Amino acid sequence: MSSNARPVGSVEFAVPPMPEYLQFVRAIVGATAALDDRLQPGRVADVRLVVSEAATNAIRAQAAIQVTTPILVRCDLTGDRIVVEVADHGPGFDPSAVPALPEVETPERLRHESGLGVSLMRQLADSAELESGSDGTVVKFTFVVADA
Amino acid sequence: MQLDVQRYARDTCVVLAVLGELDLAGAPRLRQSVVSETATGIRHLVLDLTAVDFIDSTGLGVVVGALRRLRAHDAELSVVCPEQRIRRVFEMCDLDRVFTLHETVDDAVSARESV
Repeated sequence: MSSNARPVGSVEFAVPPMPEYLQFVRAIVGATAALDDRLQPGRVADVRLVVSEAATNAIRAQAAIQVTTPILVRCDLTGDRIVVEVADHGPGFDPSAVPALPEVETPERLRHESGLGVSLMRQLADSAELESGSDGTVVKFTFVVADA
Repeated sequence: MQLDVQRYARDTCVVLAVLGELDLAGAPRLRQSVVSETATGIRHLVLDLTAVDFIDSTGLGVVVGALRRLRAHDAELSVVCPEQRIRRVFEMCDLDRVFTLHETVDDAVSARESV
């Protein structure tokens, strides 16, 4: 372990649940992740995409029940990993209840303009955790930073 | 950068050149542009994503929706996407099996003319 030589930092902020703030969320979390110079530029883009998907889900969840409480975003550099967390005050979410999309080459698939975000997040993060209840959802993604 | 959509004609096609970040904030702007073009009876629409800096699943959804709308009107959609970072998002969602991702607008136009 050589974490004492690694950047350790964290950023935590709240944003109104509005799409106009997504760029800001990506910029802050992306800049924080990029502090770790072991992270390849492509992986910084992955972190930006994952936090954007998570914040988008949070905005949609709160819009569904018209809750305007800010969404909380956190990004921690902990030495050998980057942890990104997004917390909302939406109605809760059961990932097992999300229906699978039709096969990509079938005409039925074109009726689905949403539903790709969860798949993207799972592909891009090294691990994902979700806690959800009637008072909101917290999603946490971990990106392992390998030594060059 | 907010999303901008610039429209121009190229041969028999209409090109919508998208600039900026295609997310939940920008998606309505592009969706409205596609709906407007579809209503005019267009035969071939080219979505040029060359100047798109960021796309997520919401942005992909707009592109999927554009294909559905155009096919419903017996029209065609071509997607120009030379940037690997944007192309990769299509590939992760297997949408490169649905769309031919062209390198340039000229490629997209000539590919259609050669059919």
